[in-house]
Amino acid sequence: MVNLKINNNPVSVPEGSTILEAAAQLGLKIPTLCHINWDCFHVEHRSGSCRICVVEVAGRPNLAPSCCTPVAEGMDVHTNTMRAIRARRTVLELLLSNHPKDCLVCTKNQNCTLQTLASEFNIHDIRYEGEQTELAVDDNGAAIRRDMNKCIMCRRCETACNVVQTVGVLSGVNRGFTASVAPQNFLPLDQTACVFCGQCVLACPVGALTEIGYKDEVWQVLNDPSKTVIVQTAPAVRVAIGEEFGMKPGEISTGKLVAALRRLGFAKIFDTDWSADLTILEEATELFGRIKSGENLPILTSCCPGWVNFLEHQFPDLMHMPSTAKSPQQMFGAIAKSYYAQKLGIDPSDLIVVSIMPCLAKKYEAGRPEFAPEGVRDVDYVLSTRELASMIKEAGVMFNRLPDESYDDPLGESTGAGVIFGASGGVLEAALRTAADWILNEQKDGSIAYFEDVAESPIDFVAVRGLDGIKEATVKIGDLELKAAVASGLGNARKLLEKIQSGESQYHAIEIMACPGGCINGGGQPYSNCGCNDGSDILEARKEAIYRADKGLPIRKSHLNPSIVKIYKDFLGEPNSELAHKLLHTHYCPKK
Amino acid sequence: MKIKKPSDLTAKVAELRAGLSGKTRLQVSLGTCGIAAGGSPIAAALRKHIAEQGLEKKFEVVDVGCLGLCYCEPMVEVKSAKGKSIIYGHVSEEQIPAIVAAGASKTAEGLEALKTSLYYPEEQAKPKKKVVQTRIALRNSGRINPEKLEDYLLQDGYQALAKVLSDMKPAQVCDELVESGLRGRGGGGFPTGKKWQFAAAQPKGQKYIICNADEGDPGAFMDRAVLEGDPHAVLEAMAIGGYAIGSDTGLIYIRAEYPLAIARLKKAIEQATAAGLLGKNIFGSGFDFNIELKYGAGAFVCGEETALIHSIEGKRGEPTFKPPFPAVRGLWGKPTIVNNVETLANIPAIFRQGAAWFKSIGTPGSPGSKVFALAGKISNVGLVEVPMGIKLRDIIFELGGGIANGREFKAVQTGGPSGGCLTAKNLDTAIDYESLKALGSMMGSGGMIIMDEDTCMVNIARFFLEFTVDESCGKCTPCRIGNKRLFEILDKICAGQGTPEMLDQLEELGNVIKDTSLCGLGQTSPNPVLSTLKNFPEEYKAHIFEHRCPAAVCTSLLNYTINENCIGCGICARNCPVNCISGLPKTRHHIDQSKCIKCGACMRSCKFAAIDRK
Repeated sequence: MVNLKINNNPVSVPEGSTILEAAAQLGLKIPTLCHINWDCFHVEHRSGSCRICVVEVAGRPNLAPSCCTPVAEGMDVHTNTMRAIRARRTVLELLLSNHPKDCLVCTKNQNCTLQTLASEFNIHDIRYEGEQTELAVDDNGAAIRRDMNKCIMCRRCETACNVVQTVGVLSGVNRGFTASVAPQNFLPLDQTACVFCGQCVLACPVGALTEIGYKDEVWQVLNDPSKTVIVQTAPAVRVAIGEEFGMKPGEISTGKLVAALRRLGFAKIFDTDWSADLTILEEATELFGRIKSGENLPILTSCCPGWVNFLEHQFPDLMHMPSTAKSPQQMFGAIAKSYYAQKLGIDPSDLIVVSIMPCLAKKYEAGRPEFAPEGVRDVDYVLSTRELASMIKEAGVMFNRLPDESYDDPLGESTGAGVIFGASGGVLEAALRTAADWILNEQKDGSIAYFEDVAESPIDFVAVRGLDGIKEATVKIGDLELKAAVASGLGNARKLLEKIQSGESQYHAIEIMACPGGCINGGGQPYSNCGCNDGSDILEARKEAIYRADKGLPIRKSHLNPSIVKIYKDFLGEPNSELAHKLLHTHYCPKK
Repeated sequence: MKIKKPSDLTAKVAELRAGLSGKTRLQVSLGTCGIAAGGSPIAAALRKHIAEQGLEKKFEVVDVGCLGLCYCEPMVEVKSAKGKSIIYGHVSEEQIPAIVAAGASKTAEGLEALKTSLYYPEEQAKPKKKVVQTRIALRNSGRINPEKLEDYLLQDGYQALAKVLSDMKPAQVCDELVESGLRGRGGGGFPTGKKWQFAAAQPKGQKYIICNADEGDPGAFMDRAVLEGDPHAVLEAMAIGGYAIGSDTGLIYIRAEYPLAIARLKKAIEQATAAGLLGKNIFGSGFDFNIELKYGAGAFVCGEETALIHSIEGKRGEPTFKPPFPAVRGLWGKPTIVNNVETLANIPAIFRQGAAWFKSIGTPGSPGSKVFALAGKISNVGLVEVPMGIKLRDIIFELGGGIANGREFKAVQTGGPSGGCLTAKNLDTAIDYESLKALGSMMGSGGMIIMDEDTCMVNIARFFLEFTVDESCGKCTPCRIGNKRLFEILDKICAGQGTPEMLDQLEELGNVIKDTSLCGLGQTSPNPVLSTLKNFPEEYKAHIFEHRCPAAVCTSLLNYTINENCIGCGICARNCPVNCISGLPKTRHHIDQSKCIKCGACMRSCKFAAIDRK
């Protein structure tokens, strides 16, 4: 332990701690801006670049950045001397002097660390005005909007992109006052290897990185009498959207979410959990087939569009590995525009499918040409959790006071297996629940009964749960020892994929989610898990909520979902049938 | 011949000595500066003349590096075998026969020999002049052919390495260097021996020694002079450092804008490797050491050691917070020491002549000598190497020959673009790292820009800030935005848009930038502003309160008027590019101030001193 004094208060901290950490132990919050500690993912961004956290250390000629200065025995630190306060205020004024200050019309209004600090520092007058950065805004893509005029060069997005995700699109460019963070040659993001995971958006403490919004378009169609507008909600939305309305992280607000969507005027409120169950039927069939033949193992999950983009950009040699099953969002869209439109007797182009997603890559995915047969998109608009919250607020719907309401039929009925898609490990667990039944069934009878329950088969695969970046499990199903792994965060995924390339991988199945922790930490989720250093608790709470929701449901295996059973009977035939292939499967193409 | 043990080196040097021709050397400075000034045709003409006259037995023409006498290039030094030397400056091809005819015995007819202040302490016990140079880092530069290993060996080259490898343990090497008191010549002034000790104390394994040859201060070129004039000294020092810290790999990070230095380094590395002085099992000691070159793209900030390391790693050249120090975690995460060229160039001499000898030169806190690059309004532009503790006055007025064109001294900026501007009252300060810092300036890499009374101190602060604004990497807020704002305020003052509160803003902002910036660049960049504010407050006030530039430099503040000397010839009106001068022939003309762009064309064209500029 190292003993030091901060503002004359003695404190002991482990060796290697920073002044910032030591101060926190004394209940002192030194302001920070560039520093972020993704504790649960073991990544700390400590660029020491913003200089807002400077403090006075006796015996040092210059002020010390508390976020990266290690403590030393006998150190005498003062955090609130006039010298330190003046320096911090000046640094903040400098940042503000090159910031648009359009807070009222900024997407990040009230979610911006710079704004918060300006308020906490009582900055009302900026003495050093001058030239402002003027760079073109990149809002051409489908998912992420880059407005580098708001960038404060904290470089968190770079760490998210390069260290956490190993995507390597963003880096510091130019120098001096013109320094900025950008893809090479200032290319728009959609011309780079960006996977649109949106982790950079979550990391950005200001409004430089935000999403491309579709609220206006959705309002437009909601007010168009010629359109029937239906909506699907992703599993992870229900455990996070409450945060936007002051609810505690981890509160499950499924019923209020449905009620709010109904108040907004959507004709039918459906659930992506339903199509998640459908995904499991298709994907588990593939897994089952590959295990039986022993070929093309491991199977990789394919529900995460960020991961699919990563695969296409970075692992062109592994195109054959993932399941060909579409993601739940796209399966929903495909069924809605075929089966459901037929059922309603309307033209698919008059049926508008809106998705509420915790994800920004879903915006990109919905716009892929292969998901627009004959030019009609399966999913028309994708709103993030944040955008929906904003729509609810704009419409004056008092979310907290809403009664709990239920999803509509037939695409609203779902199981616990569908819900757990929202957390890392969930897709694999859901697939195992179904595959286990089939394997046991087959071991017993020599044939699969797709929709039968095997009561004694396992249902809770806890080894694959949790926020760890890589999880491994060996599951015994009858006489089969099934080896599986789960990666969340593309940096972790890369490690497993490289093992496949080198032939070291012994797994039957690998689940990959682009965002660390899975969809609960998606790029479209409420900002409450970033900007401060305690995001881990919020993620933990969202994750717990996902598994609580699973436990609370009467049916927890996808193949036992009655409306899934029905759609196969009435429409699709059986899993991996010709029609199922046409509607529910896709292909992957390497990207340059 | 491959040198495999120390006695091989002794034998080789003896052989070289025995083979010395006894010819008079005609040494032509062919550093970048000498070549630029036309040294190559002079060398060629000398060779042609010797051949034509059949004087090959008496004379040899030797290409040497830079002596530092930039003000008189192209230059020929005539040196007899006994060491008698005459230097001629501004040599033209026509003068060659006279120079050769005179030889080293007398001054050529019609020419004047240069009176230089060069002094080599190991050769002469006592200098004859009052103020002389003390050449340690530059001891061979301009005296030997840098492209010949033999020339270096004849100047005791690689003796230090031989001694270190055969007689000393690595820890002793570090201790000796600590004892010498050598401090980093690149600007920081950190004790070099301590740096080596830190790296040596790290666990065994891959370590690196990097030579920082990313010389970037405008007007400073001492490192280039060493690399072009004495490349083997740097290689020898790096090998000594490698042995001391336990590293087998040295890298020279050199800016690509130094092609000649690169070529000479490459040649030197080849020669040393071929001779067994680099490579495996040097001097039979079991110590292996290799050196490779890495090129920088000329970013000023890459002179900062962490930025330099990132640049070598292929990353963006920007500094990171220390700790961890490179000596603990440097290149590729391995213990690394980064030493500047001039620092390294001192090291072989220290090990040949001992720490005590080195300490006897300079001041107790800053032993040894320092190379300064004299530039600006000084007569003798070039390099001088002087003992630490010398007075500014001695450098500028004795060695530098005083202010050019008979003007008055106004200020001197030391330490490159981030140094402070010192005034006449600082001229008698004995300069070393601490005293310069105390005056609000710094040693830096040794740039010295001399300014005369025609220099506007506000404008000069603005000029230096413009450089740092351009060269800041943009990583930390105070340097990225703060320096830009400082520059903008100065720009406004120079443009006549200054306000009284700007004086406080400059001071407060300048101090915060110094106090909060991440690396040395930002921690020093406000020095030109703060020091001129302190030393020349009246000039700032004249700009702000009177809209007047006392040195008549800031064009926006100048007014051109026509006085009673005007005879109405109209030549000014014809030369005015914006037609703002009017008047009837043979009557006094008038300048329309609202149209005048202050280009000064009228003043230049007037033959009657009828144009005033105020």
